[in-house]
Amino acid sequence: MAYDASFRVWRGNTNGGELTNYKVSVNEGEVVLDIIHRLQQTQTPDLAVRWNCKAGKCGSCSAEVNGKPALLCMTRMNTFTEDETVTVTPLRTFPVIKDLVTDVSFNYQKAREIPSFTPPEGLKPGEYRMQQVDVERSQEFRKCIECFLCQDVCHVIRDHEDNKPAFSGPRFFIRQAELDMHPLDTASRKRDAQEKHGIGLCNITKCCTEVCPEHIKITDNAIIPMKERVADAKYDPLRWLGAKIRGRQPGDVE
Amino acid sequence: MTDFERHQYDVVVIGSGGAGLRAAIAAREAGKKTAVVCKSLFGKAHTVMAEGGIAASMGNVNDNDNWQVHFRDTMRGGKFMNNYRMAELHAKEAPDRVWELEEWGALFDRTPDGKISQRNFGGHEYPRLAHVGDRTGLELIRTLQQKIVSLQQQDEKDLGDAEAMLKVFAECTITDLLLDDEPGKGKIAGAFGYYRETGRFVVFDTAAVVVATGGIGKSFKVTSNSWEYTGDGLALAMRAGGTVLNMEFIQFHPTGMVWPLSVKGILVTESVRGDGGILKNSEGKRFMFDYIPDVFKAKYATTEEEGDRWYTDPDNNLRPPELLPRDEVARAINSEVKAGRGSPHGGVFLDIASRKSPDVIRKKLPSMYHQFKELADVDITVEPMEVGPTCHYVMGGIEVDPDTGASPSVQGLFSAGEASGGMHGSNRLGGNSLSDLLVFGRRAGLGASAYVEGLGGNKPTAKEEDITKAADRAQAPFTHEGGENPYTLHQELQQTMNDLVGIIRTDAEIKEALKRIEVLKGRIANMTVEGHRQFNPGWHLALDLQSMIIVSECVAKAALTRTESRGGHTREDFPTMESDWRVVNLICSLHGNDIEIVKQPLPIMTNELLSLFEHSELEKYLAIDELKDHPEAKR
Ligand SMILES: Cc1cc2nc3c(=O)[nH]c(=O)nc-3n(C[C@H](O)[C@H](O)[C@H](O)COP(=O)(O)OP(=O)(O)OC[C@H]3O[C@@H](n4cnc5c(N)ncnc54)[C@H](O)[C@@H]3O)c2cc1C
Ligand code: SF4
Ligand code: SF4
Ligand code: FES
Repeated sequence: MAYDASFRVWRGNTNGGELTNYKVSVNEGEVVLDIIHRLQQTQTPDLAVRWNCKAGKCGSCSAEVNGKPALLCMTRMNTFTEDETVTVTPLRTFPVIKDLVTDVSFNYQKAREIPSFTPPEGLKPGEYRMQQVDVERSQEFRKCIECFLCQDVCHVIRDHEDNKPAFSGPRFFIRQAELDMHPLDTASRKRDAQEKHGIGLCNITKCCTEVCPEHIKITDNAIIPMKERVADAKYDPLRWLGAKIRGRQPGDVE
Repeated sequence: MTDFERHQYDVVVIGSGGAGLRAAIAAREAGKKTAVVCKSLFGKAHTVMAEGGIAASMGNVNDNDNWQVHFRDTMRGGKFMNNYRMAELHAKEAPDRVWELEEWGALFDRTPDGKISQRNFGGHEYPRLAHVGDRTGLELIRTLQQKIVSLQQQDEKDLGDAEAMLKVFAECTITDLLLDDEPGKGKIAGAFGYYRETGRFVVFDTAAVVVATGGIGKSFKVTSNSWEYTGDGLALAMRAGGTVLNMEFIQFHPTGMVWPLSVKGILVTESVRGDGGILKNSEGKRFMFDYIPDVFKAKYATTEEEGDRWYTDPDNNLRPPELLPRDEVARAINSEVKAGRGSPHGGVFLDIASRKSPDVIRKKLPSMYHQFKELADVDITVEPMEVGPTCHYVMGGIEVDPDTGASPSVQGLFSAGEASGGMHGSNRLGGNSLSDLLVFGRRAGLGASAYVEGLGGNKPTAKEEDITKAADRAQAPFTHEGGENPYTLHQELQQTMNDLVGIIRTDAEIKEALKRIEVLKGRIANMTVEGHRQFNPGWHLALDLQSMIIVSECVAKAALTRTESRGGHTREDFPTMESDWRVVNLICSLHGNDIEIVKQPLPIMTNELLSLFEHSELEKYLAIDELKDHPEAKR
């Protein structure tokens, strides 16, 4: 079952680089990350790649395989034919550091621009009471492993560097939705999403949802509701104010 | 002179897993200027992989639970070799550490009355593990990450700079601790490392370092651990004159994936068994009933019927033996495979498909469903999984003071989390690590802050020549010519540890391992790395290997010395547990290039804690004269 595969891997750094061809053996059950590791062990010891868990849990090994954003550790080799050339390139939306490693600091910057969870005043640790049905919506978004594949695929910033300051991207829309839908969060998330994070620039192509390895329904469950609610919040100041003062009750958001 | 960047901090935390982040939060909240340094990106430390849950006796599901019960379970799990004070603090403080996570935004699964839900796990008498499906570690790390961000947001507001008081140096590896004098005499004065991205060197001037670097599994071939687990923290501490203890105790988790080969070792969470999964051999037999050891006879079901009833009526039935502590289950699987009753790829079968509906399985074990579907083409809702033991956790680690995390031998050195030792004795219960990270991470952060406070203006300063030495050491692999490549050496070390110091050990095999380690030491000292310092994985591995070889020698030497079997240390030639050995900690230290090992008495449990157990149980572990003050002692 072992065979020799043709690989093309982008090699280079901030000064530029190119696709380089390799022949490398593949065994049954392997994933693209195994092949990259074999290249390191046998041909190119300094080939740079990020990885940690090798089980789709940490979101480190993001890159593009045949042009499609993917986790290298979850891309099985048996999804390619034996004579197919497999091309592995770094995430396109972020600046390259070296080979398959990119500078993803944009995301950490955006994360810091979202105000943290804000519980009601006076609620003591140990006294939190929430129903499973009410936490489930936010739990879906907390499955996010911060692989940033959704950020990579989103056309708003993929080919438009100039949109980056105004647009936080799908990862951070789900973060805002998560807080917005948290049964005990008291801060206003809706206006922020529109005014500070550029949710309006999203035109619901759903590409982000398609690449999410955690199968989070980013567009349907986070972006669309947030867009709608932003509209509510913006045009109905009284309702927004009311929600702020009372603290939102589970279920009264729709 | 080498070019390097330099920073001043009150406290430097090495590691951004649960322990490191919790320590950093504590130090920052104590007003200390704090740096967190880690090898991976922020939010991706090994803790992210934890699945099953975090143990804390909140009593939300069974209100008979309390800290005393948790303490007893922990001591039993560790075969009474735990540092009793650590086990006590851990059991008492774990609930508060879990509750504060909710305040920081964590969303655990809930009970019907809206509290944090708790699940069953091996060795825990009551449902005790707070969890989020089977991705609890992700929730923990994300919550702490977001707490750090919130502290930074506050600093941005108050001081105009988000990183003024708390900064994360991601993808930065520490390769040496700096002292103000010789190792053995010196106090901590700083830390030396390099940025993975650029290869540029960096020096942190600091009086206190908290080592929270996690475990050592990457020295073994079959492991659930990631590349980060090279034992750096242990090696750093030892090179600075610190001591590590209990290194012979390594937890082999009973259920790792065995097929396909490329994923061999990846963890299958214990929650599969906690939620009803059972182990079968190739003959279809639930073999665990044959492996209940005497010390646990009174606590586990002896028939399948009773074991099955326990899931719905735990108060009136005993639990099934699939939920014995991990060491017992791992050894049982090993024996079944050896006896020729294994699965096609050398494991046994773990079956949840015949026990729960597909919907329940997908809901309760989503990552496991995902993992098997995508990596092995196995649908766990219809077929059993094939599983076998995998190197998972090191009970041993840096010797620390239970209350403050301070090293007894190096001033200014603190440690917490998997990198530190003592808390779990000879075997850790599932779920007790995540709670350990929070309880002792916080304590180490506070301990380090108090120590810095106590120094006043008298901060130790690093010796300039040590900085030069550290830089030379780091660059050495580029200067050797004709040496071997680090990948080859790593594979050999992994194979050696796996085959010769693995789950079942013998005198002859360990001696053989030590011989090979000695040879590898020389080869590692001469290895050659190609390319430049900019993000060069070959170079990174070369430096990590220098930690792995030190740690591997500790494991082998300690395993050779302890001539009994207990918890995560099984000697085929000394198969029984000996009460004489229970009171002995094995302490490793580094002298030149060699590991020295000494015996040190285990701290003696207070009578108050001893009285929490029945005399008849203690007799199985303790020598009779250790029990003379027990209330039930026969006079
Ligand atoms: C698959 C899996 C599942 C698990 N499930 C559970 C569970 O359900 N419940 C439970 O209680 N436990 C579980 N455990 C165990 C638990 O996850 C770990 O013991 C725990 O996360 C260790 O945390 P830590 O904070 O000590 O270190 P880690 O989270 O491992 O972090 C170590 C940190 O140190 C950094 N570091 C290391 N060396 C250096 C260096 N030289 N310089 C700079 N930084 C360095 C790393 O980059 C990393 O940031 C599981 C373990 C595994 C592998
Ligand atoms: S749906 Fe919106 S956020 Fe997602 S990829 Fe398309 S434009 Fe970007
Ligand atoms: S939302 Fe999905 S694709 Fe985006 S970062 Fe999170 S896990 Fe990755
Ligand atoms: S290595 Fe963790 S997601 Fe691929």
